[in-house]
Amino acid sequence: MNQPLTLFEKIWTSHVILEEEGEALVRVDLALIHEGSFHAFRVLDEAKRPVARPMQVYAFADHYVPSTGRDRGAAGVADAGLREMLALLEKNTARFDIKLFGLNDEHQGILHVVPPELGMTQPGLIVAGQDSHSCTHGALGAWALGMGASEMTHVLATQAAWLRKPGTMRIALDGAPTAGVTPKDIILAVIAKIGAAGANEHVIEYAGSTVAALSMEARMTVCNMSVEAGARSGLVAPDDTTYAYLEGKQYAPRGAAWQEALAYWKTLPTDPGARYDREVKIDVAQLSPMVTWGISPEHAAPVTGTAPDPDAAPDANKRAETQTALEYMGLAPGASLLGIPVDHVFIGSCTNGRIEDLREAAEVARRGRAVVPAWVVPGSAGVKRQAEKEGLADVFRKAGFEWRDPGCSMCSAYNGDELQPGQRCASTTNRNFRGRQGRGVRTHLMSPAMAAAAAITGRLTDVREFMKA
Amino acid sequence: MEAFTKLTAIAAPIDEINVDTNQLSPSRFSKTPRGPAYANILLHDARFNADGSEKDYVLNRGPFRKAAILVTGRNFGCGSSREGAVYGLHEFGVRCVIAPSFGEIFLNNCYKNGLLPVTLPEDAAADIRRQLRERPGAQVTVDLPQQTVTDPGGKLHRFEIKPVRKRCLVEGLDDISRTLQYQEAITACEARDRASRPWLWFNRA
Repeated sequence: MNQPLTLFEKIWTSHVILEEEGEALVRVDLALIHEGSFHAFRVLDEAKRPVARPMQVYAFADHYVPSTGRDRGAAGVADAGLREMLALLEKNTARFDIKLFGLNDEHQGILHVVPPELGMTQPGLIVAGQDSHSCTHGALGAWALGMGASEMTHVLATQAAWLRKPGTMRIALDGAPTAGVTPKDIILAVIAKIGAAGANEHVIEYAGSTVAALSMEARMTVCNMSVEAGARSGLVAPDDTTYAYLEGKQYAPRGAAWQEALAYWKTLPTDPGARYDREVKIDVAQLSPMVTWGISPEHAAPVTGTAPDPDAAPDANKRAETQTALEYMGLAPGASLLGIPVDHVFIGSCTNGRIEDLREAAEVARRGRAVVPAWVVPGSAGVKRQAEKEGLADVFRKAGFEWRDPGCSMCSAYNGDELQPGQRCASTTNRNFRGRQGRGVRTHLMSPAMAAAAAITGRLTDVREFMKA
Repeated sequence: MEAFTKLTAIAAPIDEINVDTNQLSPSRFSKTPRGPAYANILLHDARFNADGSEKDYVLNRGPFRKAAILVTGRNFGCGSSREGAVYGLHEFGVRCVIAPSFGEIFLNNCYKNGLLPVTLPEDAAADIRRQLRERPGAQVTVDLPQQTVTDPGGKLHRFEIKPVRKRCLVEGLDDISRTLQYQEAITACEARDRASRPWLWFNRA
């Protein structure tokens, strides 16, 4: 009998072209790029190489698109720098025959939202994206990994990558989440437990009864933040939820091809008895809604909790780290997280910019009115249309939230959507790093429901209180 | 790609952990084409006030302005895949970063740009940082062929590196030329995939 294999090992084995000195040359199925990939095109030009497989490369205008004024197309892009970045992407993709989901495309959106939405991301694929949150695509049972410009140049030139085989880590999520606990809270709790470097050099497989019950979009939120735990990739085995999600989508196989693909996908889940290098267990039933208090995603705690006291730290390093974080965040040691006033709310991003996220936020938004500026930025044009069709956009507008145009916006602030030094943002994004949402800006990560609640109260709020009202 | 063999240079200590690539290269500078401008983009918000004046930060202090080696806390370069983080280090003059661990994408970005990431145990890295604080401007030697770091006190620390990464850095080899010699194997692998997963290929040229 063959040795039992994990999902990751099956994908790895079927894509290895050759191995050399501890690395493997691995075939890439899909390459995803964006405006920031201009560095990769420059290196490609320097190397005098063409794009090897343009039909397997897709480009997205997302990082540098403005989140307003888009009904006027390129003319609505006021900033000359942004216009140049968008024009550069158009030029580079046109000269290499790469499909671009550009500013005015009906499927424009974030490179981690659009490909699953269109059925491009499928089980068993290797997806290489020039963005660290490429791990999002792992939710569909693909091995998806982020990379920098130089590695992407190599992928563009060869449709392959030199990679070291990572270790495997199984994160078992079991139990039913209690009311108010969302996929975002689950992944924040995972990162708080294992740390920002907790899964370095490993690929995570999320498994267990909780994951089996999660929707595809919920799995994307969980996989999206794998990189915040140090893993380049996180994945979930394909199952009926995956197949139902993909069936009928534009890029998914159809007819006889669908049956063939389905038969192959069903061979992918981890074999009984397969071994992982590391295993972590989380009892999801015990979790509460989470918020971050510091400057790393691992600085997360239940919203009913407190910021830590540096003096209670186990060692000098942890003390210094906690002090630095609290100083930057303007929080006193031991401060209660509930009630911290916020200046701004951001709902969106590749973590929480999909339709289920907007439904979750709208459910809270319809119970009040925003008392601080609150932005809702859909992850894609498709999400935006769907939200408008369902009446969610009206709910947000009526509640005083700003309904904006799709893109990365204030998650990465490449497009100039940023706040002022010292301002505090309740954000559904993935990184609370210093300066991430603008120089000196303080970010608290949380779920869409919690962010909507913060918009209505102007403070960090336990969304469960809101649900009783 | 620039080769890396042996380097003796001033090393600067950065005690913080989780120095992410947003700090190494803030987003608002990301439209900048690669070039000398990246020297001041490096750790910009830690090094400069909003008016452009210098802050009291280790890389702004005396001898550390000439540092070609950084010795840092764990998980250096975590976060975003932006290669500007490496361009900044390179333009500042840094050729080697020593840390207990690195963000994985950053690690690869270093290798692809001729910058040597050295992993040493927490205690060893902390001890070298202590020496550098006590003797600002002290030199550290990094010998890639021998896989050793010699700290200011003369103590030798051995480090591990994958043989192929070492060879590419020592010879200044870039990966694309390395790969293209295997074009036949790539094509054969694609042909196997076309046969076993035909539904993926129906719309590919």
